[in-house]
Amino acid sequence: MIGLDNVTINSINTHIMPVKTFKTTTFVLQVRTKLSRDTVTGRALLPSVLERGTEHFPGRQYIQGALEELYGAHLTADVVKKGEHHVITFRIEVANEKFLSDNTPLTGRAVQLLASVLLYPLTENGSFPADAVEEEKRSHRQKIAGIYDDKMRYAGMRLNEEMCRGEAYALPILGFEEDLDTITGASLYEVYKQTLREAALDLYVVGDVEEEEIKNFVEQYLQVKNNEPASYRTEDAKEPDKPRLVKEEQQIQQAKLHIGYRTGTKFGDKDYFALQVFNSLFGGSPHSKLFVNVREKASLAYYAASRVESHKGLLLVLSGIESDKYEEAVKIIDKQMEDMKAGNFTEEDISQTKAVLKNQILETIDVPRGRIELEYHGAIAGRRIGAEDWVKEIEQVTREDVVRAASKIVKDTTYFLYGKGGDE
Amino acid sequence: MEQVAFGQLQETLYKKKLANGLDVFILPKPGFNKTYATFTTKYGSVDNEFVPLGENERVKVPDGIAHFLEHKMFEDENGDVFQDFSRQGASANAFTSFTRTAYLFSSTSNVETNLETLLNFVQYPYFTDETVEKEKGIIEQEISMYEDNPDWQNFFGLLQAMYHNHPVKTDIAGTAESIGRITKNDLYMCYRTFYHPANMTMFIVGNVEPEKVMNFIELNQNEKEFPEAESPQRFFSDEPEQVSEKMKTIPMPVKVGKTLVGIKESEPDKQGRELLKHELSVQLLLEMIFGQSSKNYQDLFSSGLIDDSFSFDYTAEKGFGFTVIGGDSSEPESLAGKITALIEEFKKLPFDEESFRRIRKKKIGFFLRAMNSPEYIANQFTRYYFNGMHLFDVIPVLEELTPESLQSTLQTHFDTEARLSACIIKPEDSE
Repeated sequence: MIGLDNVTINSINTHIMPVKTFKTTTFVLQVRTKLSRDTVTGRALLPSVLERGTEHFPGRQYIQGALEELYGAHLTADVVKKGEHHVITFRIEVANEKFLSDNTPLTGRAVQLLASVLLYPLTENGSFPADAVEEEKRSHRQKIAGIYDDKMRYAGMRLNEEMCRGEAYALPILGFEEDLDTITGASLYEVYKQTLREAALDLYVVGDVEEEEIKNFVEQYLQVKNNEPASYRTEDAKEPDKPRLVKEEQQIQQAKLHIGYRTGTKFGDKDYFALQVFNSLFGGSPHSKLFVNVREKASLAYYAASRVESHKGLLLVLSGIESDKYEEAVKIIDKQMEDMKAGNFTEEDISQTKAVLKNQILETIDVPRGRIELEYHGAIAGRRIGAEDWVKEIEQVTREDVVRAASKIVKDTTYFLYGKGGDE
Repeated sequence: MEQVAFGQLQETLYKKKLANGLDVFILPKPGFNKTYATFTTKYGSVDNEFVPLGENERVKVPDGIAHFLEHKMFEDENGDVFQDFSRQGASANAFTSFTRTAYLFSSTSNVETNLETLLNFVQYPYFTDETVEKEKGIIEQEISMYEDNPDWQNFFGLLQAMYHNHPVKTDIAGTAESIGRITKNDLYMCYRTFYHPANMTMFIVGNVEPEKVMNFIELNQNEKEFPEAESPQRFFSDEPEQVSEKMKTIPMPVKVGKTLVGIKESEPDKQGRELLKHELSVQLLLEMIFGQSSKNYQDLFSSGLIDDSFSFDYTAEKGFGFTVIGGDSSEPESLAGKITALIEEFKKLPFDEESFRRIRKKKIGFFLRAMNSPEYIANQFTRYYFNGMHLFDVIPVLEELTPESLQSTLQTHFDTEARLSACIIKPEDSE
């Protein structure tokens, strides 16, 4: 396996992973703060405003033109939540000049460009330019409205909102439309400064690179000032008193059945890898109980799957069914959960599941972004678990471990979005 | 086994045509954990009228049958082949496009066993009345999922506006009604006609020894018997050059409107290097007209007609091809009109050679990035190969393009009079 060198440069935890297999170099900067109501919308809007222009490239067309000159270097910035951590991610991927007939050095320039976007935004009198902010607000408002049109995403958001009501995790990742009305160039610039001051910064570099050279680039260009990561605690998951059911009617062809559970297990906990095995066998793969029983045997759905939220301790089931098949689908899903808890699966199921998971992990680390995602889990939990450790941990999981992880899973909220004329 | 080295890219491709006609390609990727393999037949949703192998009469089959067949291949009398791949630590999948059906797996161990499973399940059709009926419920759900998806409705709405007769305008999955008519005999007939090894290609990319893997595949194929290869005879109705409808509006219960503008290819019979050159030229021009570094993009964004969902692409296969431009918009009609006007305006402007060179660099970089992705390599290589093109010609062909050659593509392809359609998703008052 490759070594991972960790070093703090300009208060950025820099992780360099030299690997020869890629024809590009990928930089990923993770900017992490606590997820909270008052900054959720501003931070969600921030990446697109930063991409609107910098001191050196005063407009989107100049930034994009510079990226094109760097052989189509690819810059993206977006926001996700990982548990109750709010993470703004900046990525730049640039061709390795080795594979080009033109030998212009590209790597250093890519770091400069990343630094320009992050640290030297275009401002006017201590605020972001008003016209750019207004345009991005409009675009952002449309993006928020568009969630309604993507029913799988809408159902996921609604389940989350209903299940985690009162917890920070309930906040929608794009923020709130009403907040946009009050955001100005000046107020957003304050959010920006506060974010850079308080965030924990992690930079990952994957590619056929020289470590020393990368460190020099980071030191020289990414000069973050006055950064002192604020320490914060995330809330513990709330245990549901009893399972809840929320139904909603819309004009749709296919109903969405989403079920949320509390797992009582988070990344870094002893049972975390047992939970991963549980999930893969329950609904995380095509040999899973949900796929086989909801789709293959009952022909109720095209998709019926589950996934784990690692840092909040949630398990989410999602499937698309006919509106009048609610009872039947819930019954089958509940039965699969009972079977898992009762240990109604074979040793062979476990070894098959472990083989699938091991394969997924090895495939994930073949992709620069995937490798970085795996590593970053550890940075969030404050406990490094390298990609190679994931494989070892999965291999050690036993049938008893899976049953123990299953025993802690509690059903919380069922959200059902159904079509007119179906259900009631 | 032939070997072709691509020096600058540091890649070597191995290939062989086996005795039964199957083309096998292997691209070794030392250092990768993963091996990705695709087994693809040149058969997709548009191949709905043909003479079945061994018969004389031409038949028309129900819409969505290629996709239905893809679903059904995964099952035999012992059950579900997904289970076998799982036990062997692989993840398997398949997809059906307009012109191809691909079966694939990726795995980080047991590569030969997984290859054997892939070859064997795709070369062993097993359908019963019961399993065919059971699949209908699953595919109906897949279809209704797409019915709620405004982007999908917009895309197929656009194809229906552009095309009068060509089956590319029909949804790949068909309709609940059309799949309802599919029988096990239909499936066997399509299978027999289109799944002959001579109509198929295998592509393997990953950390493999090419000699060993090639021998393994050859051995597997030599053990099986196939009828004499016959090129499938397909029929397509005549398609006028002009679009069928200039503007199509689809009301849907959505909050955000959508616009797609399409330009129908006028010479859809290009193949080989000529097609590759044409495809890259149109893509480059689109980037010059509407890319994020263009003034047009800034103006569209500032005027509130687009958001960052705005995108464009050009794709072509034998028999059809189209440019698609658009995205979410609060004023979908105005956006459609504006896109058309900007194309016309661009045709009149002096050609910006600097932007051409810059965007060509971008396309070269994109290709290098894509070379990190086994999925991209295998799927694109196969698509190119079926159209007589070669994936590794992309950079040389990009380097051959000149402002003059682009000018001529600009004038011929971007005909906004006869060959442009727009399709709009219009929010209806649902509450």
